[in-house]
Amino acid sequence: MYKRKDRRLDEPREMDAKVGIIKRADGSAMFKMGNTIALAAVYGPRNLYPKFMQNPEKGILRVNYNMFSFSVSERIRPGPSRRSKEISLVSENALLSCLNLEEFPNSVIDVYIEILQADAGTRCAGICAASMALADAGIPMRDLVSAVSVGKVGDAIVVDLDKSEEDYEEGSTDMPVAMMPRNGKISLLQMDGNMSKEDIKKALDLARNTCNKIYELQKKTLKEKYMGEVENE
Amino acid sequence: MGKILVEDKSIAVPGEILAEGMDFLPAGGVFRENDKIIASQIGIVNIDNRLVKLIPLNGRYNPKRGDMVIGDVVNITFNGWVIDIGCTNFAVLPVRDATSDFIDKGEDLSRYYGFKDIVVAKISNVSKTNMIDLTMKGPGLMKIKGGMLIDATPSRVPRIIGKQGSMISLLKERTGCKIIVGQNGKVWIKGESFESEKKAVDAIKMINNLAHTTGLTDKISEFLGGSENVQKEG
Repeated sequence: MYKRKDRRLDEPREMDAKVGIIKRADGSAMFKMGNTIALAAVYGPRNLYPKFMQNPEKGILRVNYNMFSFSVSERIRPGPSRRSKEISLVSENALLSCLNLEEFPNSVIDVYIEILQADAGTRCAGICAASMALADAGIPMRDLVSAVSVGKVGDAIVVDLDKSEEDYEEGSTDMPVAMMPRNGKISLLQMDGNMSKEDIKKALDLARNTCNKIYELQKKTLKEKYMGEVENE
Repeated sequence: MGKILVEDKSIAVPGEILAEGMDFLPAGGVFRENDKIIASQIGIVNIDNRLVKLIPLNGRYNPKRGDMVIGDVVNITFNGWVIDIGCTNFAVLPVRDATSDFIDKGEDLSRYYGFKDIVVAKISNVSKTNMIDLTMKGPGLMKIKGGMLIDATPSRVPRIIGKQGSMISLLKERTGCKIIVGQNGKVWIKGESFESEKKAVDAIKMINNLAHTTGLTDKISEFLGGSENVQKEG
């Protein structure tokens, strides 16, 4: 049976969040999960160019996921890659379901997710940071989006895998889940590996519990920023 | 019978359930899902009898017809000026609404308003696709010369103006400055001296940061207290 040294199997890594870290952005946030740190900046809604991309019925969302070259132990080539394009797309879809873009015809909301430090679960940390940054930018949302990866390491169902667990010799499966915790709707579900139907159900329950914890942290952080503004003076 | 789940004047974040039951009505910044009223932005909850409202703490300016705004000229086209008023789309000031002067065909429009000129204008129309038309015909609408232009949060403009203009008249009286507050959060200040302008700028920044506290007029009055003497000396 697989065991963790420093935490329970259903326990996420230590989390931290901050809002309003990038001054020139309309909204920004940092989300940290163990050694994974994601930054997100939101610009807009603003005019969309080239003009042929404009949609007079609703605005569009553009998400750009990028890993800094020094974010992993072996330097990665900077710039877009097949992997970062895929993650940009799935993050965009995960965030799109909570936004109401009909309010911003002909315009665009740009979200930039930058991974400062990677230790597995970067897309989940990125989505958490991006949803907080969107709220910080004052964009109307139906709910915040929380994300966490769950999976199977050896024969145990675990939550929030780190890099050593993803590379576990006896086989591991990792399944990133993003959801809107208020109504429990899932907006991102991917899986790398194999899991039985029962295991997936168990893992999803675990993801739901953890997402609720993340949701509380996101709400608390957002409120604290604006509370602080009230009390500082 | 429904119930309110949050305290009045508390801070809400998107997705937070504010009230349950069909006897409450959603107003700005909130939406209804089944029988629940849910916040869609970060803001201060405002409960007025059955009306649940959210006063946003951030976000862009939402243009409304009849608002007086301050913006700068970013482009000149053959039939008017394109003006940035700080919302998603640029606004258009057509020639016919810009001035009462006769403007001949093909005349150089930059003679009237050039690039980066700052104008006080009124929103004459907002179309469904968010096209904004401006007009310069009306009292107090003009091109701005000199002074200082500062940015405030658009949702906090009502506090800068105050009830029946109480705050803004206090500011004008104590600092001796000319002040124009655009609904888009841009504030223009022009005074006799740099010191008086600085005082007004500081006061407006203070209002912007303290917008959701009570007794704001008294605090600002206290803050501006010393400036009366400066005025007398000067």
